Amino acid sequence: MTDINTDQAKAERFDWDGAEYSARVNKRKRSELRLKAIGLTAIAAALGMLFLLLSSLISTGYHAFTQTHIKFDVTYDPEFINPDNLARSDYRGLIREVMRENFPEATDDDLRMLSGILSNAAQFKIRDRIVEDPSLLGQTISLNIPVSDPYDQLNKGLINRDTPEQFRRVNDAEIAAFDVLVSRDVVTKPFNWALFTNADSRFPELAGLKGAIVGSFYALLICFALSFPIGIGAAIYLEEFAPRNKVSDLIEVNINNLAAVPSVVFGLLALAVFIGWFGMPRSAPFVGGMTLALMTLPTIIIATRAALKAVPPSIREAALGVGASKQQVVFGHVLPLAMPGILTGTIIGLAQALGETAPLLLIGMNAFITAAPSTPFDSSTALPTQIFIWADSPERGFVSRTSAAILVLLGFLIFMNAIAIFLRNRFERKW
Amino acid sequence: MNMYDTERTEAALDVKNLKISATGVNVHYGQNHALKDVSVQIQDNTVTAFIGPSGCGKSTFLRCLNRMNDTIDICRVDGEILLDGRDIYDKGVDPVQLRARVGMVFQKPNPFPKSIYENVAYGPKIHGLTRSKSEMDQVVERSLRKAALWNEVKDRLQEPGTALSGGQQQRLCIARAIATSPEVLLMDEPCSALDPIATAQVEELIDELRSSFSVVIVTHSMQQAARVSQKTAFFHLGSLVEYGDTSTIFTNPTDPRTESYITGRIG
Repeated sequence: MTDINTDQAKAERFDWDGAEYSARVNKRKRSELRLKAIGLTAIAAALGMLFLLLSSLISTGYHAFTQTHIKFDVTYDPEFINPDNLARSDYRGLIREVMRENFPEATDDDLRMLSGILSNAAQFKIRDRIVEDPSLLGQTISLNIPVSDPYDQLNKGLINRDTPEQFRRVNDAEIAAFDVLVSRDVVTKPFNWALFTNADSRFPELAGLKGAIVGSFYALLICFALSFPIGIGAAIYLEEFAPRNKVSDLIEVNINNLAAVPSVVFGLLALAVFIGWFGMPRSAPFVGGMTLALMTLPTIIIATRAALKAVPPSIREAALGVGASKQQVVFGHVLPLAMPGILTGTIIGLAQALGETAPLLLIGMNAFITAAPSTPFDSSTALPTQIFIWADSPERGFVSRTSAAILVLLGFLIFMNAIAIFLRNRFERKW
Repeated sequence: MNMYDTERTEAALDVKNLKISATGVNVHYGQNHALKDVSVQIQDNTVTAFIGPSGCGKSTFLRCLNRMNDTIDICRVDGEILLDGRDIYDKGVDPVQLRARVGMVFQKPNPFPKSIYENVAYGPKIHGLTRSKSEMDQVVERSLRKAALWNEVKDRLQEPGTALSGGQQQRLCIARAIATSPEVLLMDEPCSALDPIATAQVEELIDELRSSFSVVIVTHSMQQAARVSQKTAFFHLGSLVEYGDTSTIFTNPTDPRTESYITGRIG
């Protein structure tokens, strides 16, 4: 009887080493391998896209980080300079004179062409030096003057000399004149500080991002000043104090929906309300910041509520248990513990706001403004709208400047996200 | 358990030693009737143990005693709970102040992620119980000594409380709870996350604390209830089945359900 029972048990026992089971194991392993392969492919594709984006931006954008200059000896000849009105003297004539000295055999027509080699800014640069130091009258100084866009392109090898002359931006005579200057070793290509110290300009060689960077900075500052306290206040009330009922449910649903509203809608709202009704100035970073705050608010509220929720209930109970009031619990314990999460969410929200274009276009921050704003109420552009303007400009020089501006914007975004990651890692707590 | 202690306490019992008197307490969580018509008299300077299987309502009842259930939206408490003859669910009673008088220690050690000193000083600080730094230092030291933790942490009071071991953390939480000089100390399974050595330390501590407070302890361990308490209440399915002297409950229970539970047949 015992034997029979043992045999039966043997028969019922599952055969872990049988062919049926090993086929099952192999199948499972294959499916795991497949999943792994799909995941790796996805990551490779994503990295490939990122590489394509960056390499295309860098390959066109790096040209904008240098600018061709020519070194000339400039004599402040009293023939052209009026000592009583330094600001309004004949600097064009002076430049023509400089060119005559460099190309003694040139005709008047040639001289017009030769003066075109220099940027339009040359006359202002020459003027500013003597306005600053009137004792230069009659003296000769050496000046590094930026060249105009076509010659800058030529110097950077972006204009193909084999192209038939009628399709080329610079003709053979212009190229010849420029080559003479190159052979005299006066042409240099230093780092293009103007990209960061100048505001926008019609001339690519003069156009810079200062106005856009300052405008974006003011807009983000206003955005932060408005959305951070309001967002945290709203989140604390909703998460910690609000009764759970239909009204708070409705508010919650609407906040989540608000986060998904297309940004252009916020731009239209700002146009109608801030500019239309309240008569606030157009193109001002202040209004831009308010518009971005509308967009950032839901992000901050959602991030803050998530961070508050993540604080373990045991901490609240501990504080309540020793007789802390609700307010003491929230401000003394929950909020400090939630702060890293809140800051991370806020920075990510601000990074989104920094890259936001559509609402700023609608409130006129895509205007052509050649001076950086000195207050948030002055007209200005922002980084993304500046990219939009430059991408729209026909001059060749703006192609590389657009890419350079995108690189600058990406640089700021990476910097902000790095801060967010740093904060998250630095203050992350384990219970 | 020391028989002498028990007898002394029982001998001293009379009406004026009554600390908490609960009559006809019902608790609903939404539709769920969690606690049914519970009446218990809890004496001063006594350790009272609540035992019973999981979900029987003993923790719920404990949390009624310092109105921690107020923080749960769907919870409704009916009935009368008197602390020193005053209804704690009266409109005039401030639950925040009540919780300072009725301290609580939780199942899982939950020190604040602050220094050991700040953990203990937090209660006295928010209630303004001390006037100077030196007075606060004394309160902190006294509380840590009572919680039998002083010798282990006196040289590192500025270290975070979360860096202590589990048993030390729980004793820190006890020190924090007694720093406000409560009259009643509620303990919700204080040893369930501790190893046997830490458990023994905490139990010893509970016995000492009895001289200053009325201690109410919820526990899953019947041995623990037998070791530390003088009075035991057995809860089953939301009702109080039996309440009496610990020695009687464990040796000669009147209700068959109590007997089944303590002998391990239900639970």
